[in-house]
Amino acid sequence: MAGLTAPWRRSALVALGALAIIVSACGGGATASPSASASAAASAPPASVEPTESAAANLGDTTLGSNESDAKPKAAVAAIVDYCQTKAGIKVKINTTDHNTFQNQISSYLQGTPDDVVKWFAGNRVRFFAAQGLLSPIDDVWAEIEQYQTPGLKAASLGTDGKAYFVPVYNYPWVVMYRKSLFEEKGYTVPKTLEEFTALGDKMKADGIVPLALGDKDGWPAMGTFDILNMRMNGYDFHIGLMEGREKWTDPKVKAVFEKWAELLPYFQEGAPGRTWQDAAKAALVDKVAGMYFLGTFALEQAGDAASDVGFFPFPTLGTEFDNENAMDAPIDGFMMVANPKNPEAAKAFLKCAGSPEAQVAYVTSPGIGSVAVSPQADTSNYTDAQKNDAETLKNAGKLAQFLDRDARADFAGPSGMQGFLLDFLNDPSQDLDKFLGDIQTYYESLPPQ
Amino acid sequence: MTDRVTRSASTTPPAPAGGVVPPPTEKRKKRYSLLSRRDRITLWLMAGIPTFLVIFFILLPTAASIVLSFTSWSGVGLDKIQFIGLKNYTDLFTIYKPFWPAVSHNVIWLVFFLTLATPLGVFLAVLLDKNIRGTRVYQGALYMPVVLSLAIVGFIAELMYAPEQGLLNNLLGRTAQGNQISWLGDRDINLWAVLVAASWRQVGYVMVLYLAGLKAVDPALREAAAIDGASERQAFFRVVFPVMKPINIVVLVITAIESLRAFDLAFITNKGLNGLELLSTLVTNNIIGETSRVGFGSAIAVVLLAVSVGPIIFYLVRALREENE
Repeated sequence: MAGLTAPWRRSALVALGALAIIVSACGGGATASPSASASAAASAPPASVEPTESAAANLGDTTLGSNESDAKPKAAVAAIVDYCQTKAGIKVKINTTDHNTFQNQISSYLQGTPDDVVKWFAGNRVRFFAAQGLLSPIDDVWAEIEQYQTPGLKAASLGTDGKAYFVPVYNYPWVVMYRKSLFEEKGYTVPKTLEEFTALGDKMKADGIVPLALGDKDGWPAMGTFDILNMRMNGYDFHIGLMEGREKWTDPKVKAVFEKWAELLPYFQEGAPGRTWQDAAKAALVDKVAGMYFLGTFALEQAGDAASDVGFFPFPTLGTEFDNENAMDAPIDGFMMVANPKNPEAAKAFLKCAGSPEAQVAYVTSPGIGSVAVSPQADTSNYTDAQKNDAETLKNAGKLAQFLDRDARADFAGPSGMQGFLLDFLNDPSQDLDKFLGDIQTYYESLPPQ
Repeated sequence: MTDRVTRSASTTPPAPAGGVVPPPTEKRKKRYSLLSRRDRITLWLMAGIPTFLVIFFILLPTAASIVLSFTSWSGVGLDKIQFIGLKNYTDLFTIYKPFWPAVSHNVIWLVFFLTLATPLGVFLAVLLDKNIRGTRVYQGALYMPVVLSLAIVGFIAELMYAPEQGLLNNLLGRTAQGNQISWLGDRDINLWAVLVAASWRQVGYVMVLYLAGLKAVDPALREAAAIDGASERQAFFRVVFPVMKPINIVVLVITAIESLRAFDLAFITNKGLNGLELLSTLVTNNIIGETSRVGFGSAIAVVLLAVSVGPIIFYLVRALREENE
């Protein structure tokens, strides 16, 4: 009996082993899109949009990889895709991945089998992947959409080789947001200078309200404060020079910025390193626990029903020679095309459409969105009051920077670089600033040449 | 003549019942084996395929990481790898600010597990070995965190430790603005908060391992100890504990590996920033995403490998030595 069962068991095991090998070889490899890989419990499931009736020319299907997993931006992406599907006669399948997961895996995603079009950010963040050869130049798309853009937008969309790689769709300014009803109730007025700002802060503290909310758990929100203080105190050109490595962090001008920031820190919410920006937005815009919030206007997406009550003003002037520059951060988001798309014609058709003012308006007029279209020809009649305010602010603004983590190189601005340094500063603003800035400069110089 | 005799003898299998393999001679061409051809092919496949997988998925990437740690590379395009010698290592030890905090946090993690989590697990195992009423319920309850993935444990920890709505702050009555304890945000205490969450899982893990070992201890030993008048404590430390030496070693090695492997909780909480730096999070932050400093990240990984190899070698040496005894 033993002689009969033993060979049967062996051959069953061998067959099982062979089957396991075959299954593992056939199954999705490491190059699957980020939506296929295991992510934390908070990740959103992939979404796809059923195509509407297509127009005359049918160029086929294309795919879009998107990192907008929160409800309102996700609906906005669906809105622009719907518009462009109808107008350009294409079908676009949207693959949404959890926001942070998408960004963490972007490098391996682009090197694998990515979607044809990817929603991404302008500035160094697109330049890096263009330089690695992971994106297609889209000068032919730009030939058609250039009429709707400005020279500043074009500059933010170019790679280091001078070719265009990016189609901008919307941007949003970094401004100080507040609840109008709270200001009316307590009799606060909008401050224009730093003195008025600190006086307002003192008044708010006396009323038991935290003057400025801050949530720096993700590491990047604090960069906005640094950017604006640097641009106000040292000028736009110095700031961009610092981002691009032409100026040094050990410059006394930079030290002055951090000293000023340390002076203003008592007005910011405590415990910032442990608070997400969403919680800080809730504290300022929903719960009225904080009086003001300095962030991009995308924070309005967290305000819910209170969004119509939110007003904003540019960060106050500091009384320096650069006040007239009216500089501010206004990061641009848009789309880029990967190096080897499955359907280049359909992808380019989508990009051409996305660069048009009507498509941009379709995105930003989606409910709850705080950003505005980049094109000067965009029709602003359907904007919310906040968006009209946005567009006005941007028009009146002089110089627009992209934001620290898009103007500076990614390995410097990331978690091992500036994110960690700024958290260190927030934890201990009274530390030796010479050593602190020296560490930053040494780290910058240790990075490999680009 | 003798050759022909031995050669012809080798074609017919011998009859000895014990299956003794006759000693090979120099002229023997065909190896003598009890295993049939099919058996041998099966064995080669069953041993060979896992070996191939280990070499391909573990050893080759490890070797590649070691090689890459001497380069500067952005991760895209094999032709762009540049060799820069020891620069990554010197930068790591002198310039890179999070490195030494990460090393100290890994050491703290190891010491915490060795002195608090693992002994607690052992203690619970000894208690549950007494077969008190409801022992199965306790075992199930204590083991359940082990079944949860560390990502879920991280999520639960975030809910417990949330400054305004978390359980802990609400129990302590410190939820007002300005009076909140930021368990995960304050860099002086967040490592300990995360360690407690990690221990919640480690205690159950160690407990089950030790319980299994305790069940295998010969009851005659305990009876002998009881007859000799030993107290509970003496019986455990003088009799049971020494007998459990193989299990003790396994538990020690597992503790060391789990603490060196610590990553998920710190990364889920805040990507390993602000007091939760660990060597593993440093590797991830340097390689994944847009940072893409593959050479530098590989250098950190090689440091982690060098540190991890210690307990593994220790374990292997002991295991092989015991085999030879």
